[in-house]
Amino acid sequence: MKLVIKQLLDGSCRLGQLTELGRHTGRVIDVPGCLMYTRGASAPHLTQDMAKTIDKLPFGIQLTLPTLAENHEVIEDYKLGIGSFTSQQDSLLFLSVQDPGTTIPSGYNEKQFVSIWTTGGRMRLSTATFTTMLKNMKPDWFECLYDGDVVPGTASKKRIRKSVDRTLQYLDDCLEVQQNSPELKNIEVFGVIEGGDSHDERIRSAKETAKRPLSGFVLDGFQSDALATDVKQNLMMSVLKELPEDKPRLIHGCGRPDQVMQAVELGIDVFDSAFPYSVTESGCALVFPFSYNHQSNVDSAVLEQSTDQEKSNYVNDNKAGISRYEINLTNESYKSDFTPLLADCKCYSCQNHTKAYINHLLVTKELLARVLLMIHNFHHYFEFFETIRQSIRDDKFQQLKKIIMDST
Amino acid sequence: MAASLKSTHALSFKILAECSTTKARTGKLKLPHHTVDTPVFMPVGTQGTMKGLTTKQLEDLDCQIILGNTYHLGMRPGHELLEKVGGLHKFMNWDRALLTDSGGFQMVSLLKLAEITEEGVKFQSPHDSKEMLLTPEKSIEIQNSIGADIMMQLDDVVHSTTTGPRVEEAMYRSIRWLDRCISANKRPTEQNLFPIVQGGLQPELRKICATEMVKRDTAGYAIGGLSGGEEKDHFWRMVKLSTDILPRDKPRYLMGVGYAVDLVVCSALGCDMYDCVFPTRTARFGCALLRTGQINIKSKQFAKDYRPIDDTCKCSTCARYTRAYINSIPNYETVGCHLLTIHNIAFQMSLMRSIRASIVEDRFPQFIKSFMKTVYPDEDYPTWVRESLASVDVHLSQQ
Repeated sequence: MKLVIKQLLDGSCRLGQLTELGRHTGRVIDVPGCLMYTRGASAPHLTQDMAKTIDKLPFGIQLTLPTLAENHEVIEDYKLGIGSFTSQQDSLLFLSVQDPGTTIPSGYNEKQFVSIWTTGGRMRLSTATFTTMLKNMKPDWFECLYDGDVVPGTASKKRIRKSVDRTLQYLDDCLEVQQNSPELKNIEVFGVIEGGDSHDERIRSAKETAKRPLSGFVLDGFQSDALATDVKQNLMMSVLKELPEDKPRLIHGCGRPDQVMQAVELGIDVFDSAFPYSVTESGCALVFPFSYNHQSNVDSAVLEQSTDQEKSNYVNDNKAGISRYEINLTNESYKSDFTPLLADCKCYSCQNHTKAYINHLLVTKELLARVLLMIHNFHHYFEFFETIRQSIRDDKFQQLKKIIMDST
Repeated sequence: MAASLKSTHALSFKILAECSTTKARTGKLKLPHHTVDTPVFMPVGTQGTMKGLTTKQLEDLDCQIILGNTYHLGMRPGHELLEKVGGLHKFMNWDRALLTDSGGFQMVSLLKLAEITEEGVKFQSPHDSKEMLLTPEKSIEIQNSIGADIMMQLDDVVHSTTTGPRVEEAMYRSIRWLDRCISANKRPTEQNLFPIVQGGLQPELRKICATEMVKRDTAGYAIGGLSGGEEKDHFWRMVKLSTDILPRDKPRYLMGVGYAVDLVVCSALGCDMYDCVFPTRTARFGCALLRTGQINIKSKQFAKDYRPIDDTCKCSTCARYTRAYINSIPNYETVGCHLLTIHNIAFQMSLMRSIRASIVEDRFPQFIKSFMKTVYPDEDYPTWVRESLASVDVHLSQQ
């Protein structure tokens, strides 16, 4: 895997492409970009025929190990790898150790093991188990095991140090196995940077990880809301300074549009798309505007043509802890709203259905509700990433950032 | 040979071919929103949606007509809302044909407190416990708001195994309610109203009911009150008795039938339309339909089965996924359920296509024999299958 940087803004924000993607000759991933989040290797709620109606469906998908690990024995027996087993062989497959779509219980990692949580409960992964799974699954790209169980504010300095040490140890063990396993040779490896909210440990983790022969880096531990935004940004900046510029950086659990903009600005290249999934699970639809060519901000775009009733819902939604990036379709006021989730949206759901219909499906607990919301939310999110890239190309990144930040 | 209906009904039924041995026929049923090939299976989309599938997927599956349930839709989103949006077609964005039931069946099957009087069905709303009354007029009013291509009369439903005077009472009441439904229909040129032949398992009552209803010259007829756990031996005789009386040139809808064997037999007995929740419901329990019977894909034996559900099936599930993959998807991930629902609907559609094609080519009896041999490879055909088919001159034992 190679990162080709095409444009650099303010010394850190990068526009580029990931190239030389192994078996996928001639294909590239545009960055900043996101991978498609999957569960059991399928887009949540979506069969492939429906997923393919989404315009800018990412070529790279994120396989989440906790949703697959229980089947590793079958996958071993199958022999052709997880891509073929799950009918996702045409995508670039990144395997993540944890599932960003769920909360991971704290206190279960050990020196030799990382815990993941499957349907059947806890599964302990040693380097040996993990690398065996890799040999059977044959993803194109994976991140090494890591101990990310350091909750900001509660983890002690000592625990944070331990997490950095363990993660480096897992990395070295894993790289050693890879060196001696021909079947793992062609898989791209990313190393994970830990360090919780400790500046020193973050820098140590980054410096040490950067010494290893890796294709790129993963920034973990930035998903928590317990960290203040400015603290997060400072930590991120310090970490990124220690990493080679010519290698891609992926971040976990940093998916809210404002967080994405800040991370892109600092030089993050790859994101996951667990955010639109969690929006879908709460019965919501993403409606934030990101058109920087028009004079729009969220207030004028969303509230302009709304009735008073809608305005008051909009405020109520926000009070209920839902970000201003989304509307809650379970809200009674959408019962007879015969407009699409988002005016001018080109997704299958908006082209064919109304808020009232989706409200009805949610109220009656019909499966189609989540299907339609997932299509729209993915579509909107993938368009957002396309617009981020375009804004860098057009030298309008700051305009876009203002629109997004003003929405919060 | 072809018969076309000239009347004020909102449909025309053109018979394209009739089996020279059995009573089967294949035709084109032209409805306001879509022309439907018969015999047809109609999947049930109770609440204005087909169990997780999009309307695009339903079209891709070649579904031509689907069902909505008046009772559920009347509760949520409510007929006022459906009226406002211009009907269920618009609300759910389905361009093809729709059929709605009367709501009566749900009243009696779902609600313990339902009480039937001459006026209608009295029941307690499960949502706000208010006492409500579903009359024939009210049922048609709601169905007029829903706007389906075919509406069903409100009938007095008794369980198919009920015996005694209650069956007779219900049958005569259903005829009286039919007349009230016909008068209440405000959109007779846009929506067809089907009566429901009742009479339980009593041949005399069925005959009276069918004969009375035929006098009303409605657009088509339904055969109701069956498929509720009665003996199959009674079931097929009641179906045949009804199709013997119902006019040849009008569509006949056999309610609540959806098992493959039943569809083949009843098509031979002259039925044109069927509905059943079975294919979609069984999908949600992890079952996939095959000509040889159904399999539970969630069972351990399929964990390492790398074949498609059915390697002759053309559906998007079988084209792409293996039994092992579907087996591996945890139950709470809805994708597994969607994949099975797609396959099961495809299975029903493909079966009906085979039935229609064999009637057109006048080889339906051969089709029946080879179909039954697939289902019962040891030729241990159930008596009812043997007898019902023999009644239309298809003799399984003579194969």
